[in-house]
Amino acid sequence: MTRERRTMAGLTTMAAWLLLAAGPATAQDNPTPGVTATEIRLGQTMPYSGPASAYGTIGKVEAAYFAKINDEGGINGRKINLISLDDGYSPPKTVEQTRRLVEQDGVLLTFQNLGTPPNTAIHKYLNQKKVPQLFVATGATMWGDPEHFPWTMGWQPSYQTEAHIYAKYLLQNKPDAKIGILYQNDDYGKDYVKGLKDGLGANAAKMIVAEVSYEVMDPTVDSQIVSLKGSGADVFFNVTTPKFAAQAVRKAYDIDWRPLEILNNVSISIGAVLEPAGLDKSTGLLSAQYYKDPADPATAQEPAMREWDAFMKKYYPEGNTADAFNVYGYLAAQTMVQVLKQCGNDLTRENVMRQAANLNLALPLLQPGITISTGPKDFFPIKQMRLQRFDGKRWVPFGEPITG
Amino acid sequence: MANATITRVQPTAAIATSWRALAILLLLAAATALPFGLSGYQTFQITLALAYAIALLGLNMLTGFSGQISLGHGAFYALGAYATAILMDRFDWPYWATLPVAGVVCLIAGFLFGLPALRLEGLYLALATLALAVATPQLLKSKLLEEWTGGVQGISILKPDPPDFLPISADQWLYLFTLAVTALMFLIGWNILRGRVGRALRAIREHPLAAEAMGVNIALYKSLIFGVSAMFTGIAGALGAISVQFVAPDSFDVFLSIRLLVGLVVGGLGSISGALWGALFIEYVPNIADQISKAAPWAIYGIFMIGFMYAMPTGVAGGLRLLAGRLRRWRGSTE
Repeated sequence: MTRERRTMAGLTTMAAWLLLAAGPATAQDNPTPGVTATEIRLGQTMPYSGPASAYGTIGKVEAAYFAKINDEGGINGRKINLISLDDGYSPPKTVEQTRRLVEQDGVLLTFQNLGTPPNTAIHKYLNQKKVPQLFVATGATMWGDPEHFPWTMGWQPSYQTEAHIYAKYLLQNKPDAKIGILYQNDDYGKDYVKGLKDGLGANAAKMIVAEVSYEVMDPTVDSQIVSLKGSGADVFFNVTTPKFAAQAVRKAYDIDWRPLEILNNVSISIGAVLEPAGLDKSTGLLSAQYYKDPADPATAQEPAMREWDAFMKKYYPEGNTADAFNVYGYLAAQTMVQVLKQCGNDLTRENVMRQAANLNLALPLLQPGITISTGPKDFFPIKQMRLQRFDGKRWVPFGEPITG
Repeated sequence: MANATITRVQPTAAIATSWRALAILLLLAAATALPFGLSGYQTFQITLALAYAIALLGLNMLTGFSGQISLGHGAFYALGAYATAILMDRFDWPYWATLPVAGVVCLIAGFLFGLPALRLEGLYLALATLALAVATPQLLKSKLLEEWTGGVQGISILKPDPPDFLPISADQWLYLFTLAVTALMFLIGWNILRGRVGRALRAIREHPLAAEAMGVNIALYKSLIFGVSAMFTGIAGALGAISVQFVAPDSFDVFLSIRLLVGLVVGGLGSISGALWGALFIEYVPNIADQISKAAPWAIYGIFMIGFMYAMPTGVAGGLRLLAGRLRRWRGSTE
């Protein structure tokens, strides 16, 4: 009797599998997938859940911006429909969701998929399928490789670009610098170190006096800071993620090491890094930025910032207007809209890539002088940044934009 | 009265057995035909679900049958996945040949982990295995292993092509391959659990002292089943890696282990078909939750979990069994 009952359960299980799997199957063989007379369908994976969910607001603000564009009539009469799916920052989930977007939802392209590991997981797949993987939200340098991956393009300045900018600044303003580097021992950290060395060129061997690394699982970086101080370096290039950045800034101050400190853009959050480190101890830090800070009172009165503020109130009222990610997503969405506008009525994937590689765009929320520009061989849309210094309260940009 | 019931049941049971065999064959045939009616994406999803089902069957042996709670099976899933990825990427092994290796590696790892774990009971074992799950992504990123694991970058592997004589897509082939492995693993699992071993494990779970008095070698059984359980999960990880075509440390965070445990409990502890239900939960419920709310997918996931536990406290498999029993009683009373 029990056996029979168990089998019944087993059989129902299998039957349920068949039913669940046999959802609507859609074939996607039309020449312009994701495009109808009234709609342009875009896809995206975002970490709405999981450890990286703080980035999720980027996907939300982008959807909100497209809603604004749609309210204003869309693009050539077509409404943008962004299908943004949660991948929890887990690469297998990214693969699954991306396959859904391409094969079931039939999107025209993927836009601003977030994170280096998730994007790596779908890099080959999207290029094989010839689906644009546009403006990925990661700073790794690997995304600008049109020769091998013609369907993938980054957006923000890459880590190497940013390091080039610091190198240029040092060569010009402190040519006899003795540089000590602290970096996280992974691709992100090594990207920065490579960028700095490339940027310094022949001077690298002379100028870099110490390089120390740490592992993500290390409890502190105190000993690394002590050894950097011992090396006699007078420039400290701090390539660390927020927790370690705060430790490093504080420790350097506490042991009376006062070099010129360059902090990578990854960790410039005042709330998450500089406040824990101590605002007084952070004063004088140098970093680079490419878009305007919504919390900066100096820019708050600019028309573009007020327009952004009004947009946030109307289309994304639950979003935090002090969160710089909401400016980041707004700018990326504006870039996407520009590409779609340039495509006109030729909304094929080939033309999308052609137009994405043919951008020359000035956006008011970028730092003055910084533009978005691409070409058939240039898949790095933003290559300039402006230096900024922390004055104890906020980051103050200075000088002209530097191209990395 | 009792005699009458027995004589009536016997022929029914015999008929039911042949019926059952026929029905299983029919359903297997339907499962084989399944990918031909589905898109590549749906085929991929159900292939992943099959891999999860094997992992859950492994975890069920340990947690459901012998009562040892593991919060660290994601580590064995990762180990199997990496074994396959490294063999395919660095040594150009064919995908099918990597499965036994992934299984054996995990069997040994599980057995070795099971030995010290013998001293730990219940919640203490859960914590020890949780440590394993927490450590896994960081170990995979470590400098010492980077040459093999590819560090944070992970390893991309190529999707296996179907044999030339079959006119099917790579997704369909992978599904059929995974289905065959799943059927084999469930057959093995069923054979292990239905006989002496299964009884011994249940005895250990219910009353270790009594089990020992009956002559069950508790230490041996516990560490062995830890190894076998890890082997199942490792093979699942290997299949998962082949279908995702990518492994990276972020793929195997602590949530993976927790999702496996959730799937197991929702599906039904101590039930073989429960593993299949749990796999469906793992694969489809997060997607449904994401559809319902972008703002709080985990909250929706939690509501699903509570809903399932409230409606079916013994898991989906247990709930169905209960329902079938009720149906039969109802039929019996109307006859």
